[in-house]
Amino acid sequence: MTMLQGNTGDWEMVIGLEVHAQVISEAKLFSGAATAFGAEPNTQVSLVDAAMPGMLPVINRVAVEQAVRTGLGLKAEINLVSVFDRKNYFYPDLPQGYQISQFPKPIVGQGTLILDLAGGETREVGITRIHLEQDAGKSLHDQHPSNTFIDLNRSGVTLMEIVSEPDMRTPEEAGAYLRKLRSILRYLGTCDGNMEQGSLRCDANVSVRRAGDELGTRCEIKNVNSIRFVQQAIDYEARRQIELIEEGGTVDQETRLFDSGNGTTRSMRSKEEAHDYRYFPDPDLLPLEISQGFVEEIRASLPELPDAKKERFVSDYGLGTEDAGLLTAERATADFYEEVAKGRDSKLACNWVTGELFGVLNKSGLGIGDSPVSAAALGGLIDLIADGTLSGRLAKDVFEAMAETGKEASVVVEEKGLKQVSDSGAIEAEVDQVLQAYADKVAEYKGGKDKLFGFFVGQVMKATGGKANPGVVNEVLKKKLGG
Amino acid sequence: MSELNCLTMAQARDGLAKGDFTSVELTQAHIAALEASRELNAFVTETPEQALEAAKASDARRVSSNSGGGEAGSMEGLPIAIKDLFCTEGVLTTASSHILDGFTPQYESTVTANLWRAGAGMLGKTNLDEFAMGSATVTSYYGPTVNPWRRSGDDKKLVPGGSSGGSAAAVAARAALGATGTDTGGSIRQPASFCGIVGIKPTYGRCSRWGIVAFASSLDQAGPMTRTVRDGAIMLGAMAGHDARDSTSADREVPDFEAALEKGVKGLKVGIPEEYQMKGMSPELLALWDQGKAWLTAAGAEMVPVSLPHTKYALPTYYIVAPAEASSNLARYDGVRYGLREEGETLQEMYENTRGEGFGAEVTRRVLIGTYVLSAGYYDAYYLKAQKLRTLISRDFREAFDKVDVLLTPTAPSPAFAIGEKMDDPIAMYLNDVFTVPASLAGLPAASIPAGLSGDGLPLGLQLITHPFDEETMFRAARAVEDAAAFNAEPTLMAGDGS
Repeated sequence: MTMLQGNTGDWEMVIGLEVHAQVISEAKLFSGAATAFGAEPNTQVSLVDAAMPGMLPVINRVAVEQAVRTGLGLKAEINLVSVFDRKNYFYPDLPQGYQISQFPKPIVGQGTLILDLAGGETREVGITRIHLEQDAGKSLHDQHPSNTFIDLNRSGVTLMEIVSEPDMRTPEEAGAYLRKLRSILRYLGTCDGNMEQGSLRCDANVSVRRAGDELGTRCEIKNVNSIRFVQQAIDYEARRQIELIEEGGTVDQETRLFDSGNGTTRSMRSKEEAHDYRYFPDPDLLPLEISQGFVEEIRASLPELPDAKKERFVSDYGLGTEDAGLLTAERATADFYEEVAKGRDSKLACNWVTGELFGVLNKSGLGIGDSPVSAAALGGLIDLIADGTLSGRLAKDVFEAMAETGKEASVVVEEKGLKQVSDSGAIEAEVDQVLQAYADKVAEYKGGKDKLFGFFVGQVMKATGGKANPGVVNEVLKKKLGG
Repeated sequence: MSELNCLTMAQARDGLAKGDFTSVELTQAHIAALEASRELNAFVTETPEQALEAAKASDARRVSSNSGGGEAGSMEGLPIAIKDLFCTEGVLTTASSHILDGFTPQYESTVTANLWRAGAGMLGKTNLDEFAMGSATVTSYYGPTVNPWRRSGDDKKLVPGGSSGGSAAAVAARAALGATGTDTGGSIRQPASFCGIVGIKPTYGRCSRWGIVAFASSLDQAGPMTRTVRDGAIMLGAMAGHDARDSTSADREVPDFEAALEKGVKGLKVGIPEEYQMKGMSPELLALWDQGKAWLTAAGAEMVPVSLPHTKYALPTYYIVAPAEASSNLARYDGVRYGLREEGETLQEMYENTRGEGFGAEVTRRVLIGTYVLSAGYYDAYYLKAQKLRTLISRDFREAFDKVDVLLTPTAPSPAFAIGEKMDDPIAMYLNDVFTVPASLAGLPAASIPAGLSGDGLPLGLQLITHPFDEETMFRAARAVEDAAAFNAEPTLMAGDGS
């Protein structure tokens, strides 16, 4: 269902996203100042970042590498010559009075991103471009009754603006785009993807149209800081536009702000009020020229990316696409899985990771990196299932104990005496006792009530505290009842 | 003429080396000269204590170097003046603008740092047109600088040219052995011509722009202003060099410019651009130009007529490109972090009050022009077209330099004019740069050499332009002109000789 129902018929949403990703780099785009998050205000500011008179920008090589790496990760063309432009506007947290950005000649051109949708479906979204630019500082409006304070720590930090084609048709696709993009950026190590800290920020361009019509007028929704909010904002905005058009109005091209308090968007500035940024090539910087060799060096150092990994998980481990997608969304999860699966039943490993482990992590709100059960420990547990020491049911109890205590499976088994009993002599004794206790049921069974077999198994398991090997129990029971 | 402040830089250097006098004595003589010439308003800030301290340190270094403790720098012990566009650590830096009130940098520009490393000392910061925008040093917030020259029989105060007018006046009046200037469209060469001194704008990229208050980044270039070509060679050698902090700085060796001086011009081909012969040029200027050709011919060079067909577009191109860059470069003066702040009820008001109060009329005009030519709808018609013309102007020069080694032209269309003249006519003022702007747009090295006097006794300069990074040929030709001209006229107001 990709259409929205209006009063006069169906409407299609057209969505494009502009993502600002803070580049992982020790230093800023054009200065040597540090970039750590959460430092005391104005402690990570160089003379360049504060735009002191006569200061000049010098490009940071790492930032260029990271942009190229990101471009390659999105299968995009890399422009060996790109140009930095000045985007001019006044604001107190923009010390130069202009942002150094790239306008007509960005460092990265067209690329592709594959959305992973529900049910293992995929869909391609075009990447229009990626360019490098400086972040602005931060205005603090709540520190003084009448004055605004300025923190320039963020001023000059490297951002990549990653622009998509208007290829998405539902809020869910927009969400999938952001999750996938974040996943790729994290795989590449070019952005930590942390939306709460603002290292990944999203503007959404939304328009609506009748199926098959030309594109409608779009509105840009600024700076939405979570994937859920992006989806909410798009949904609200599309419905607002549909209502407007159906009531005989027209959509004005404008910039809107999302209010996460009530889930609505409101006008920030109209097209007429839009800034004239007076872009022109920054005369302090020569065109940025990189060599094909530089690009190839970076290409050679790229890690296996989520799409390739997912494909490999399907072909090498025999997993379904949805499971493979789940396991490869984060590099750490994929690595974890591979360690668990190494030399073991890969499907069993998948079930344990996506089932029990994800359950524990979700419940405790932990990431895979902080998992209370290590990959080696989970592997150890699976080994105990494989060698018959533990039944599946016992293994779940052991896992729970492992998650709580952080102990190895074998230690838990030892301490709690949870080891599976496979000794047929011991099981035979338990079976005899059960059959004796339920002589009436034995008679019924022998009279043809076959279903009672399960009841006997259950009783034996109960009597052994679940430790009896279910296979052996079955065997012994069959022998005794059949005899 | 025995006063120490009337020595050339080379003479002072040699005198110090021989021990004829100390740097402290040399510096004291210049401080006295500077004080005696205050009526010129050449300095925004005087730094005599700093100059003497540098001199003492230099004398101490010389003593130690004479006893084998390291070499003296190439400008060891020489007191100079610094255009107040260079940021100097701990010393007020104004760009002659109200908006930089009280701005004292915590850093030293690369060029001045290079000069101090070479052993020079700073006498003070010289006046300029506000943010280097002007051709007469009349737009300074600190008042106009007066040219030490007067027309014969006329006591009217004349402009020193601009924007490096304070530097030019200080050097002409013997209040400094030399001074730094910056040249964006002629701001070293034109005042040098007006004040009868040597002004050198090296190739764009030869001197670092780091720490120089920016006017138009793609054009700004620092250079020396001195009384002789040799002094210019000495001083440029100390100023120049690659700087990783300026992305447009050229990563090239700095040649020994002084060594090139006496190579002569025999066999050099000197181009005479026909387009520089403009309608309404004064006969005395044409005569001077012809004299220059004759001098160089006599010295063994060959005169070759060349054409620079896009010359007539240079001035309009410059007055689009430079204001465009300036409008953006000057956006940082917003009252938020340093300099002047005029409060307002709202942020917008604070901006308007600060910039309205802080910038003078000429700066405001150029910021407005620059904003206009970059605006949506005008960018293609103005800025983009100007960029294309700039490319064509550069190509003109390249093609000319296929045929010749150096170009000879006048520096400015007139001698110094009176303070107050042309002030209500920006176009007439802009025409001062007509001969200097083309080389600026092409980033070429160019020098102005005092070559003669106008009918009413004012200095006139000739300009020499060469290939990028071929300052050596420029110095050779400049030395030949200087030698032939034997320009020894002295300004009316000259400190230290009793006048």
